[in-house]
Amino acid sequence: MTDKVHLDRAHGRRLLTAMLRIRRFEEKCFELYQTEKIRGFMHLYDGEEAVSTGVIEAMLPGDAIVATYREHGQALARGIGMDVLMAELYGKQEGCCRGRGGSMHIFDRATRFYGGNAIVGGGLPLAVGIAMGDKMQRRDSVTACFFGDGAVDEGSFHESMNLAALWKLPVLFVCENNAYAMGMALERAEAETHIARKAATYNMASEAVDGMDVVAVEVAARRAIAAMRETKAPFLLECLTYRFRAHSMFDSQAYRSRQEVAHWREKDPVHRLQSWLEQAGLIHADEVGMIEAGIETEIKSAVAFAEAGTWEPVEDLERFTTMDRVPQ
Amino acid sequence: MSAAVSATGDGATPLRMTYREACKQAIRAAILADPRVFLMGEDVGRYGGCYAVTKGLVEELGEDRIRDTPLAEGGFVGAGIGAAIAGMRPIVEIMTVNFSLLALDQIINNAATIPHMSGGQFAVPLVIRMATGAGRQLAAQHSHSLEGWYAHIPGLRILAPATIEDARFMLQAALDDPNPVLIFEHVMLYNREDVLDPGITKVDIASANIRRPGRDVSLITYGGSLFKTLDAAAALQQEGIEAEVIDLRVLRPLDMTTILGSVARTRRVVIVDEGWKSGSLSAEIAARIGEDAFFELDAPIRRVCSREVPIPYPAHLEQAALPQSPAIAAMARELVRGQ
Repeated sequence: MTDKVHLDRAHGRRLLTAMLRIRRFEEKCFELYQTEKIRGFMHLYDGEEAVSTGVIEAMLPGDAIVATYREHGQALARGIGMDVLMAELYGKQEGCCRGRGGSMHIFDRATRFYGGNAIVGGGLPLAVGIAMGDKMQRRDSVTACFFGDGAVDEGSFHESMNLAALWKLPVLFVCENNAYAMGMALERAEAETHIARKAATYNMASEAVDGMDVVAVEVAARRAIAAMRETKAPFLLECLTYRFRAHSMFDSQAYRSRQEVAHWREKDPVHRLQSWLEQAGLIHADEVGMIEAGIETEIKSAVAFAEAGTWEPVEDLERFTTMDRVPQ
Repeated sequence: MSAAVSATGDGATPLRMTYREACKQAIRAAILADPRVFLMGEDVGRYGGCYAVTKGLVEELGEDRIRDTPLAEGGFVGAGIGAAIAGMRPIVEIMTVNFSLLALDQIINNAATIPHMSGGQFAVPLVIRMATGAGRQLAAQHSHSLEGWYAHIPGLRILAPATIEDARFMLQAALDDPNPVLIFEHVMLYNREDVLDPGITKVDIASANIRRPGRDVSLITYGGSLFKTLDAAAALQQEGIEAEVIDLRVLRPLDMTTILGSVARTRRVVIVDEGWKSGSLSAEIAARIGEDAFFELDAPIRRVCSREVPIPYPAHLEQAALPQSPAIAAMARELVRGQ
C-alpha cells in the first residue's frame, strides 16, 4: 500500500459520499432523538467527519478499530451496515450488539470494531492489547485507536502510549482534538496543548494535521500506517477538529460562544471537500444530488429496518453475561 | 531446578511442595501447553515475582512469555483484555489486590461488560492473578482483602485457591474458561507446604469443598482463613464439637448447593472472612442462607471477620484486626453450647 493519495474522480467521490453519509445519518439521529426513538446518551459527530473518514480510508480490512462513545462516524466509515447501526441505536435486537450497547457501545466482530467505549481513555489500553495480540500471532495488522483531547488528561493515555512505544506495537493513536472535553476547554485542562508533541516523551513519531481536511487526514494516516507496517512502532496522529453540535443531547453549550461555533462551521469538512471537488472539476452538482438521494434512500431504509426491529425477549436478559465459549 | 520444579505429577509419587511452587508449576505448565498463553506483570521476569512465584521462568520461557511490565496497572491489565479479545490467553499478575484498584476501570468497565454489551460477539478469556490478605506487616496499602468486592461483579469468576491442589490446578481451569477469571492468592499461603496428591491432575472452578465433615456447626471460609478455621475445628473436636469446614474456593458464582446442604445438616453457621463485615461477601452468604434456609437454622448466623480498620503495621495490632482460630472456635462453641 502506498502512502500517496491520488485524488481522482472515484476517490473524491468516495470520500465525499462517506462524509455525507455520516452527516446525514447524524442529522437523522438528532431528529429521532427528539421523537424519543433513540434514548440514553447520544453524542453526534457533525464537524468531525474528516477524521474517521480519512483515517479509515487508509486502513485495510484486517486492521482493528477502537473508538469512543462518539463513534457513529467510525462505525459507518468502517462499513458497519447503517441498518444494524440504526437498529442498535433504537435498542432493537436486530442491532449490531442486539441493542445491548446503544449509541455509545458499537461493536462489530466482522469488521474488527472493538467499541464504542464510554469511559474516557478506557479504550486505549484495549487497543494496546489488541495490537499486542495481533503481533504475537504474527498478524500484519494495525489497530487504530480513536480518542478525544479529554482522554489525554487521563493516565490511561500516558500508560498506553508508553506501552505501545516500549513494546513496539502498531497502534495508530488518533486524537480527535475538538478543543473540548465535554465543556472543559483544552487550554484549561492541559499544560501542553500541542498534543502531538506529547509523543516525543514516549519516543514515538507523531504529526498534527488539519482535521477538517479529509485529504490531509488520509495522507497523514497513509504515511503513518505505511511506516507502522514496516516498523511495527506506534504513531500519534493529532487531528485538529471541532464538533458542531452539543457534546451530547443534554448540553446548553455555556462554555463556548456562538461566534466560535460559526467560525469553525466555515471550515466544514464536507462543504470544503465538495467545493474543492467542484472547483477542480472532479464532481458536478448533479452528481452530488445523486449521492444525496442515495444516502436519503439508505437512511430511510435503515430507519424502516430499525422500526420493524423487535425487542430482545426479557428471558434473554442474562445471556452473554458469561460466555459458554469463545466466539471464533 | 529442583525435582519438584520439573515434576508435574507422574501419577505415582506424592510431591511435597510449597503453595508458591504449585503456583509456579501451574504457570509453567500452562505456558508450555498452549502457545497463546503468556504471563505479564510487574517484576514477574528478571526479578522473579514480588512473592517469588515466577522465579527462573523468564530464563526458561523467554521474555515474550514472561513479560515484565512498567508500573501501569490500568495499562497492562487493559492490554491483557485486548490481547484476550484478539485471540491470546493472557495471565496478568498484579502484585497485590490493593494495586488492582488502579486497574479497576479496565476490569469492571471493560472485561466484565464487553461480552454482554457486545451481544455475545466477544469473549474475554483472561486470567488475572493477585496476592491478597494480611499477616506480613505490610500495613494498610498492601494487606487488604478486597476479593469480595470483585465477587459483586456480574461477568467475573472469582477464585480463592487455599490448598496445594487448587494452587496447582485452578489456573488451567481458569484459562479454559471463556470468561475473565480473577485468582486471589493469600500472601500467608505462599510458604505453606503440603503434599500434592499425584492422583489429581485437574480441579473444577465451580464448587465449594467440604474440607472437614462435621455435624454440629458449619464453618464457611476460603483462602487464607481456611487453615485458621481448620485449626479451630480441631480444637473444637477436643471439646466434643464436630465442626464442618467449607472451603468456598469459588467466590463468584457461589456454590449455594454445598452451603445449603451443610446448613441443613448442622443447622448452625459461622462465616469466617478476612474481608470486613460491612457490605461484604460474608454478608452476602449470610443473606442467602437467611433467604433460602431460614427455617433450617437453630441459631442466628454468626460471622468472624476483620475488624473495621485499615490493616495496621505493628504485628500485635495487625493480628488483633484479623480473624483468628480462638475467636472462630469461641463463636462456634457459643452457637453449639449456647451462652
